[in-house]
This record gives sequence, C-alpha cells and structure tokens, in this order.
Amino acid sequence: MADETLSLKKAFSGHGGFGVDETTMAAMVTKWRKQPDQKSRFRSDFSGFFTKIGSIEKCEDDFLLRLKTEFSRFKNIMVLWLMHPWERDARWMHHVMHKSYPFTVIVEIACTRTSEELLGAKRAYQALFNHSVEEDVAYHIKESYSKLLVGLVSSFRYEGPQVDNDMAKWEAKALGNVIKSSGSGKLIQNEEVVRILTTRSKRHLKATFKHYKELHGKPIEEDLGANLCLQETVKCIDKPAKYFSEAINIAFKEGADKPSKLSLTRVIISRADVDMEEIKETYHKQFGVKLEDMITKNTHGHYKDTLLTLIGK
Amino acid sequence: MATLSIPNPVPSAIEDAEKLRKAFQGWGTDEKAMIAVLAHRDAAQRKQIKIAYEDQYKEKLLKRIESEISGHFERAVYCWIFDPVERQAIMANIAIKNKVVDFPVIIEIACINSSNELLAVKQVYQSLYKHSMEEDVASHATGDFRKLLFALVGTYRYDGEEINTELAKTEAKILNDAITKGEYNSDEIIRILSTRSKAQLQATFNCYKDAHNLSITKALSTKTPNDFVIALRAAIRCRTTPTKYFEKVLRNILQKSGMDEDALTRVIVMHAEKDLKEIKELFQTRANMTLEQAVAKKTSGDYENFLLALIGN
Repeated sequence: MADETLSLKKAFSGHGGFGVDETTMAAMVTKWRKQPDQKSRFRSDFSGFFTKIGSIEKCEDDFLLRLKTEFSRFKNIMVLWLMHPWERDARWMHHVMHKSYPFTVIVEIACTRTSEELLGAKRAYQALFNHSVEEDVAYHIKESYSKLLVGLVSSFRYEGPQVDNDMAKWEAKALGNVIKSSGSGKLIQNEEVVRILTTRSKRHLKATFKHYKELHGKPIEEDLGANLCLQETVKCIDKPAKYFSEAINIAFKEGADKPSKLSLTRVIISRADVDMEEIKETYHKQFGVKLEDMITKNTHGHYKDTLLTLIGK
Repeated sequence: MATLSIPNPVPSAIEDAEKLRKAFQGWGTDEKAMIAVLAHRDAAQRKQIKIAYEDQYKEKLLKRIESEISGHFERAVYCWIFDPVERQAIMANIAIKNKVVDFPVIIEIACINSSNELLAVKQVYQSLYKHSMEEDVASHATGDFRKLLFALVGTYRYDGEEINTELAKTEAKILNDAITKGEYNSDEIIRILSTRSKAQLQATFNCYKDAHNLSITKALSTKTPNDFVIALRAAIRCRTTPTKYFEKVLRNILQKSGMDEDALTRVIVMHAEKDLKEIKELFQTRANMTLEQAVAKKTSGDYENFLLALIGN
C-alpha cells in the first residue's frame, strides 16, 4: 500500500513535477475497484491534500487548483500545438496585459521572432482582440520599461545582410557613455538606449554588442545593472538559445512559480520547429545535463511524452 | 477619387515608349509630348512603359528623363513615375535625410495610409535603403520630434471600426489635462495619437469637442508658433480629416506669398491617383477659385502644364 500510495501521490504531482501520470491513475482505478476503504485510507494518508471537517472528507482547495493545473498542462500543450504560431504569440502577449504573465514574455516574442512572424502575431492580435498590440501595451503597462516594450513590439526590423560597421562602433560608444552617465534606474528610459535597441536590425545589434565588449572589456549585459527588461532584451537579440535554455532551467527549479513553470510549455512549443537543437546543446553546455533527461525526470504522463517528442528525442 | 485621366483606349506600353523616345531625340525635349504620355497613365501602365523603354532602347527611362529636363518639372516627373508605394518610400527617405527632418512629409505618410499601405511603404523602404524606416527616423530626428515621428511611423494600428465610448471619454480627459498644462509633448498625447485606431481617435476627439466646445486642433493653437505643436496638429488632421488637411496645405501654398514648389508637387503627385478630386472640390469652395486657376496663377511653363495635366485638365 505504501508503494502504491507513493506512486499515486507522485502521479498527482503534488511534489513539484509537471503534469500528471494518467496511466498510473487509470491503473489505480482498476486496482481499487469496489474498495472504498482503500480510497479512504489513501485520502487520510495524503495529508495536506485532503482534510476532514468533522466526519466529512474534503479536498483542500489548494490541492484541487494545483491538480487542475497539472491536468491541464497536456490540454494546453495540445491546444497550443494545433494553433497557428501567430495566434499563439498573440494570445501570450494578451495575457501579459492582464498581468497573468510577466512582461518578459513580450520581450521574448518581440525579440526572438523574425520581422514577418512578429507582424503575423500583431495581425492575429488585431483579429482576436480588436486592438493593436501597441495600443494595449502603451495603455496597460505604465511601468518604467513601458517605452522600451512599446518600441520592441512596434519594431519591423530590417533583416538583410547589410551592416554599417562604423555606425555599430559609434553606437557601442554611445551606449557606453549613456551607461556611464545614467543611474541604472534611468537607463531603461534613456532615449538613445531605447532607440538603438528597438530600431536597429539584429545583425547590427550583434555587431554593436561585439564592439561594446572590445571597447569596455566586458559584455554589455554586465553593465546593465539589475535591469531585467534590458538584460532580457539584449539576451533575446544576441543569444536567443541561451535565453531559452535559461528560461527552461528556471521552470525546473525548486519552488518555481506558476508563470515560470508555464515557460516550459511555451518555450518548447514555440521553438520546436525553429532552433530546438541549438537550445538543447546550449542547455547541456550550461547546466551539465541533457534536456531530455531533465524532462524525463521531472514531468509525467502524456505531457511528458509530448515534450519529449517536440524536442526531437 | 483620382483626378488622373487616362485615354480610352490606352496605347500600348511599346507605343508610349516610342513616343517618349521621339520626345527625347534631337536638340531639346518635346515636353508637351512627355506630359501627354506620362501624366495620363496609371501606376501599372507607367511601370510597363519603363520596362518597354528599357527593353527597346537599352537605357533607364528615369536616367534619360533626368538628363532631358530639369528644375521643378523634372522633380515632379521623377516623383510621379514611381508607383505610390515606392514613391512614398523615396520621399520619406529624402525627408529623413534632409538637414532637418522634413516632418510634414513623414507625418503625412505615416498618418494617411492604412496600416497595410504603410507597411508596404516600409517594406519597399527596407529593400531600397537597407535600413528600416523606423531606425532612420529615430536616428535622424531628435527630441520631441523623434518621439512623435517614431511612434506614428512605427505603430501597426488596428484599422477596424470598433470603438469603446468609455475609453474615448477617458482619453479625451487625458488630452485635456495635458493641453491645459501646456504639456504638448506629453507621452499620453503621443500615445493616444499614435496607437489608437482612426475610429477610436475620432470618437475621442468628438468627446473632447462635446466637453469643451472647442475642437482639439483649435485647443492646440498657441499664440507663439511652435513647430512641435504644428506637427501635432498636422498629425491629428491627417489621421482624422485628411482631405481638409491637404486642402489647407494647398491653399497655404497657393494663396500666401512665396512659393514652396516641393510641397505643391508633393501634394498633387501623391493625390492625383488617389483623392485629389475631393481635395479639389473642397478647395474651390474655400478659395473661391478652382485649383487649376490657383496653380496657373503661381506656376509657369512645363511645371505648370504637368501639374494641370495631373489635376485633370
């Protein structure tokens, strides 16, 4: 009984995993058929999840919510998998307006998609919500990083091969000067910083970041202070595979919150057809463990199977 | 409606190319013949003529024209030959690279086009200049102008008819607060003006007028002429009442002293195959003379003949 309880508890993923083990659960239904006492004993054993009010057994509300979330991981990934990428991106961006997703999702989408993909997402957003994403971001997000965000999401970057190296050097110098003279709080609202990061082509920016490192002896991320929005922007533009690999790692960390866990689904679904190989390599190099092993260890059931298939196992 | 008049039946592109060739041959140029062809063909036909001319005579039509004619006439024909999308991209680039960014041109292009038309202009701009229009506007304009122009050019606005009346009331109030404080460069004014859809903006301005018995453009008139406020008013007019805006521009050019041929060329050339008819009609009621009469009064020679041909003589 102890073994079964443990595996069933695991199957219900009360312990930090992702998804539920549908197969084990189904097997338990068969095993405990017509044995209400077994089930009752299981419930009293599973403290923290079930409780008693007098003689009435009841589920803890927390547990119910958590269980629903874990069950719905598979549903979500299937629905997202079926959707057109533009609709996915539009819906994720919309979630940010209503505070259920962190703003970094907007940085992620605006900076890692191609200009055409971002444009498609903006069109889908209009069709779904009857507003442009720019007007919603400008209206709903009033924090210090809102100018940067509006700029990022409005961008329609040049994607051709031409790079003006002299301009890239000049802008690397300009960024250095701004960083030196501004307090790190003001950096994110600085016009030059916002202009350069939101309008220049990605190739140009990569060249700029390279020149910055040569000029100042360290990568620009180190000089951006605790500015999460700026850090993420630079990372997404310069080293997207690293950004995604870190997002996945945060999801797997002990005590990760709900939005962080949601990035696991989001990253894998949105990158499966794009640069998953590179992300896997980067993940292995950065964290010393294979992504498929992390997924196998920490996720369950159909959700796990889907993830493994998507990453190309 | 367009004022452009095309003969029926229209000669083939090869015939037209031959006529042009004849007009170029020998000493001098037969400008009347040039105008008879070019000023009476639509964008698609002009494109075919360019191709036919190049095929037959192994030289670029534009290059030949540039060497045959000069001055305001040449500039007008040059602008006219391109199709509307390419023309606007070229005009935007000229405006941006001017010593001081020619903001009316940018405002007009950013505000009178639908989101998809503006997008097409931006795409051609990228292929011509290897930069995005946004990055060029942002790096050449400064201060408040940069904020305004970048926001107007960069936003992919929702073009639908849906409006939110409560929001219109709220944003009319926000505009009023900024205006009464004299904060014309406020982020909120720029946000509302550049991100809201045309329908929503119109609703907002109607609420403003209802609440204050004054149209917003009148409210923005300051005693001391301030370029930025002029730009704001131009943007407001272009976004909501473009016909009135262009009529006023023409009236200013043609009825005040001095003469801005570039602006006159720009308005006529950009609207001859679009909505010059409505602008003409409004001009006549406001100026007490026909547009043709006003143009004839202030221009002369081949330039005058070309403009009159486009206006629908």
